[in-house]
Amino acid sequence: MNSRIWMLVFDSTLQTLSMVFFSTLFSLLLGLPLGILLSATSSEDQGGIIPHPVLNNVLGRIVNVLRSFPFIILMILLFPLSRLLIGTSIGTTATIVPLSIAAAPFVARVIETALKEVDPGVVQAARAMGSTNMQIICKVLIPEALPSLVSGVTLTIINLIGYSAMAGAIGGGGLGDLAIRYGYQRFRGDIMLVAVVIILVLVEIIQVIGNKISGRLLSRR
Amino acid sequence: MQIVLKDLKRSYGALHAVNQISLFIPSNTVYGIIGKSGAGKSTLVRLISLLERPDAGEVYFDDIRVDNLTKTQLIQRRRRIGMIFQNFNLFSSRNAAQNIAYPLEITGTSKEEINKRVEQLLSLVGLEGRGKAPISTLSGGQKQRVAIARALATNPDILFCDEATSALDPQTTHSILALLKEIQRKMSLTVVMITHQMEVVRDACDQVAVLNDGVVVEEGLVADIFANPKHEVTKEFLSHLTGFDDSSADKMVQWSKTRGAYTLRFRGGTTDQPILSKISRQVGVDFNIRAGGIQKVGDLDIGTMLVDISGSDEQRQKAIEALNQMGVVVEEEAVV
Repeated sequence: MNSRIWMLVFDSTLQTLSMVFFSTLFSLLLGLPLGILLSATSSEDQGGIIPHPVLNNVLGRIVNVLRSFPFIILMILLFPLSRLLIGTSIGTTATIVPLSIAAAPFVARVIETALKEVDPGVVQAARAMGSTNMQIICKVLIPEALPSLVSGVTLTIINLIGYSAMAGAIGGGGLGDLAIRYGYQRFRGDIMLVAVVIILVLVEIIQVIGNKISGRLLSRR
Repeated sequence: MQIVLKDLKRSYGALHAVNQISLFIPSNTVYGIIGKSGAGKSTLVRLISLLERPDAGEVYFDDIRVDNLTKTQLIQRRRRIGMIFQNFNLFSSRNAAQNIAYPLEITGTSKEEINKRVEQLLSLVGLEGRGKAPISTLSGGQKQRVAIARALATNPDILFCDEATSALDPQTTHSILALLKEIQRKMSLTVVMITHQMEVVRDACDQVAVLNDGVVVEEGLVADIFANPKHEVTKEFLSHLTGFDDSSADKMVQWSKTRGAYTLRFRGGTTDQPILSKISRQVGVDFNIRAGGIQKVGDLDIGTMLVDISGSDEQRQKAIEALNQMGVVVEEEAVV
């Protein structure tokens, strides 16, 4: 492997990192409110603070449909949206759109689950003290659920690393693209190996950092 | 702040959790509400702490009706109600001081004001210097002290205690009750204690209402209720307390079939007179004492005694009359 190839590997790694970073950011922006809404509108015995069965049901179904879509198909379906938002449907930047939308419902469920784990008694106490719904969400539910929220975000990032590799197959760039174009199509087993090893290392680093943060939050309690 | 309940009703489906309850809870007292699980206590407390609206009926704090407040009024009103719980319900993401600060934070109190108030409250509940402690490092009693401090942060006029001592051991229960009584006097609070423990009522409350199947079956001064319980449920609660209930009585009290079985309740001054031997001589009956004891209810001594009375029906009648004349309440047990 010459220096040109290593440059390629380096560029691909940066592309993957940027895809994962921005799609994590946008999927959180989309998924966080959705997850809060899902948990808040659930029935009272599930810890919902503003129970609304109809809204909860509709949101729940949308999330389920999006989640059960195979990512590769979702991505092709979202080409027009990428073109509309970014101006192109090919390349690293364009891939962030389908990645974010694919991960958002996952984030929503992860956040919903984490918030529902908060002791209903604590929420009742906050309500009895005269908290507004917004105060319950921001000052009680989110801080109380923070360790599980961090674990959830860690899981999301790891999922997105996997998805971003898949995105490479349809022109998304990044390590997945490198592995397919060089490793598979040009029979360069060494490049394939390097790409895979880098992905594994990324996943491992994210997992370790996530566990550290979550553990530190818990140990302060 | 006095609390008046008028014909409160709340049902869940076919279950009438609270079925037409009217109560007058006077200002500046410790008022107990006792009932078995399922008697409707929890629902009642959710109604009067404004966490839930009644299906019918009215709730008044002083002269102001509070069961029909708008959402914003409700939030404002709740901020002047303190509440503590069986499981403490403290925020695990906050340390002791931050827990106490919460009700002040949500009302937009300034940082300096909060810090000052938190220090005061920590020393009020006897936790000086423990403000930085994470909640998980505190004992049950300390947790409840933090919860009390948090409940009192906004200077409420009412404090609800929902089974506040049920998760604590007897000694801790005692110290928490003592603290609550002290705080009640200091802050002229109206304290409402919901419990299933008669000893809590005995040790802390001035007045009590007994709840059963969603209705109040008996209410009054704690001393009166202890000296002269009327309803079966109240008697049952008292029997748990004196250790005369089925679980402990099976060996201790075995009633003979030929003689009557009676529960005698003495009150105040009558506890230090030799009533039984006097009557025994006068009427010619024999008392066989099966069990007995004296407990303190506030400043008053209430004695309870289980006895057989042997003699003719007429003599026994006379003995009971004589006992009644001396101020002793006599209850005849159903002899099995």
